Amino acid sequence: MKLIACVNHVPDTAAKINVAAGGTSIDKNGVNFVINPYDEFAVEECLRLKEKNGGEVVAVSVGSDAHKETLRKALAMGADKAVLLKTDDDRDSFGIASALAGYIKEQSPDLVLFGKQSVDGDDAAVGGMVAELLGLPSVTVVVGLAIDGSSVTAEREIEGGKETVKASLPCVITAQKGLNEPRYPSLKGIMGAKSKPIEERPAATVPARVQVVGMKKPAAKAAGKIVGTDATAVPELVRLLHEEAKVI
Amino acid sequence: MAQFQGVDYFMIDGLLSEEERMVRATVRSFVDDEVLPIIEKHYRDGTFPMPLVGKMAELGLFGTTLPAKYGCAEMNNVAYGLVMQELERGDSGVRSFASVQSGLVMYPIYAFGSEEQKDRWLPALAKGEKIGCFGLTEPDYGSNPGGMVTRAERKDGGYLLNGAKMWITNGTLADIAVVWAKLEGEVRGFLVEKGTKGYTAPEMKGKHSLRASVTSELVFQDCWIPESNILPNIKGLKGPLMCLSQARYGIAWGAVGSAMATYDAALNYAKSRIQFGKPIASFQLIQEKLVHMLNEITKGQLLALQLGRLKDAGTVKFTQISLAKRNNVHHALEIARMAREILGANGILDEYPVMRHANNLESVKTYEGTHEMHTLILGEDITGIAAFH
Ligand SMILES: Cc1cc2nc3c(=O)[nH]c(=O)nc-3n(C[C@H](O)[C@H](O)[C@H](O)COP(=O)(O)OP(=O)(O)OC[C@H]3O[C@@H](n4cnc5c(N)ncnc54)[C@H](O)[C@@H]3O)c2cc1C
Repeated sequence: MKLIACVNHVPDTAAKINVAAGGTSIDKNGVNFVINPYDEFAVEECLRLKEKNGGEVVAVSVGSDAHKETLRKALAMGADKAVLLKTDDDRDSFGIASALAGYIKEQSPDLVLFGKQSVDGDDAAVGGMVAELLGLPSVTVVVGLAIDGSSVTAEREIEGGKETVKASLPCVITAQKGLNEPRYPSLKGIMGAKSKPIEERPAATVPARVQVVGMKKPAAKAAGKIVGTDATAVPELVRLLHEEAKVI
Repeated sequence: MAQFQGVDYFMIDGLLSEEERMVRATVRSFVDDEVLPIIEKHYRDGTFPMPLVGKMAELGLFGTTLPAKYGCAEMNNVAYGLVMQELERGDSGVRSFASVQSGLVMYPIYAFGSEEQKDRWLPALAKGEKIGCFGLTEPDYGSNPGGMVTRAERKDGGYLLNGAKMWITNGTLADIAVVWAKLEGEVRGFLVEKGTKGYTAPEMKGKHSLRASVTSELVFQDCWIPESNILPNIKGLKGPLMCLSQARYGIAWGAVGSAMATYDAALNYAKSRIQFGKPIASFQLIQEKLVHMLNEITKGQLLALQLGRLKDAGTVKFTQISLAKRNNVHHALEIARMAREILGANGILDEYPVMRHANNLESVKTYEGTHEMHTLILGEDITGIAAFH
């Protein structure tokens, strides 16, 4: 099987994020970047499918040279090769999806996996867009995957339950937490990654369709209110939760 | 539980390669996911967490610096040090297991063994299929191992081994013991296999420290050791001392990991524990403690890292390893005790890692050369006068 895992290089979820001067992007200074956590599920699933069915796993990322660190992590986990579709611009989802679609079309893989969303922009758009650009079926927010010949059975998370869907290969899957337990790169894997290639190509350019015009941090939380310290405070607490906070 | 974020006040991460950081990230996640959830129970029960052996092997944590042809990761010493740091952030006993397997068993077989010994043992030890131990200390010879009384006698086609070792980490678990004994008055290394007639390894009980690690006696009564099981390429006390340099190096890093664990616990606790209407972190006496902890961790990190760079360059001196082991363990224990004080009564509970680390470090301060012995090693180095006798 030819398997492609698309991976993004995003700020560590534990990082403190500030808005950069200009107010339309984040300040990347001093921020630790990691592989997008949902993309780890995508890489892991590709590796498991390869272990079962044979084939090749290629990790692909659209971005600057910094993304090579994330590609090397995918290689250290066990991907066979990596491709950086290079661009130094902060792109909208369509710009990223277009670059990926061009590359993927040329490779004609059996399966393309994404994380369900990237925790930087949180658009949850790229996987679906790529499928649409390539005219492929897409199944999103997948927590279970089985391949049988040319058909894919996927389990999806839906509000309050699960849904099972079928599609045919080739197709695009976006991975949700629960799909698998991603492996840690072993020390041998990390050493091995050094000798695996990272192919660099310029990312195809398309005009942006969406532009960020403003970005701001949420207002600082107001101080909490203590309505009392014993049982006599309960009625007042209930009233406030109902009337002010409107949560009950 | 939230992922541990590390302690890096001096941007030391910038001095690490991407590969070294990736190794640390792997072991850090492993410790968060696999070690911390089970370690308190093992500590309480006085058992070593055996399921970790296969997992550590799979990640490549045994014999990290040895050649790939033996199934090892062939990484540099800084990467190996970071492995030890992260493991000991989990527990000194878990780090001890990996130290012994790597530095005290795989290393001597690699450095002093025959080709057959290397081919037979190194891949199996790297995979965790076989466990090793290192027998140097005896009931009557601790800091002065040169006085050892365990002896081997040359016989036709092999040796007869008699004597006893004590305080041997992994002893009862081990498939293979690297045992140091005198042959015709000279210290030699022997590979003693589990099941050898006359060889027993009873576990020592009653420890208040390093409880998630197995410590044993090794007893040899007319044990037959075939010629093929003597380490051919080393003679004299230099052999075990070279092994100890490997393991002490790892301890210098490991102690930093332990200190990070107790500092992290103390810092978080101090920010959330309210007394006199304020978090205790707002009191100067508590801040002074926290700052001292951070200060010593930062110095220890830099010592360990430079020690690693020297080791990778092949220029490290054993006295430098002594200084780093001595300093980093001393301060890790001091930091653990300060953390215990900051947590007040909670500091003695196993809900927090602090008392376990403090207790463990009492052993770490003693083994691999006591704090005092390293003082004397350094004292001799700078004055030219040995003060051991
Ligand atoms: C949990 C644990 C695991 C261990 N694992 C192993 C193992 O795997 N393999 C192994 O071979 N050993 C192992 N050891 C043994 C360890 O290395 C010894 O305990 C250590 O070398 C000290 O020896 P000792 O306990 O006999 O103390 P002693 O040598 O009796 O020392 C007692 C005290 O006297 C001090 N002292 C001794 N001589 C001098 C001097 N000349 N000047 C000043 N002070 C001095 C010491 O510093 C110490 O404070 C382990 C020990 C422990 C506690």
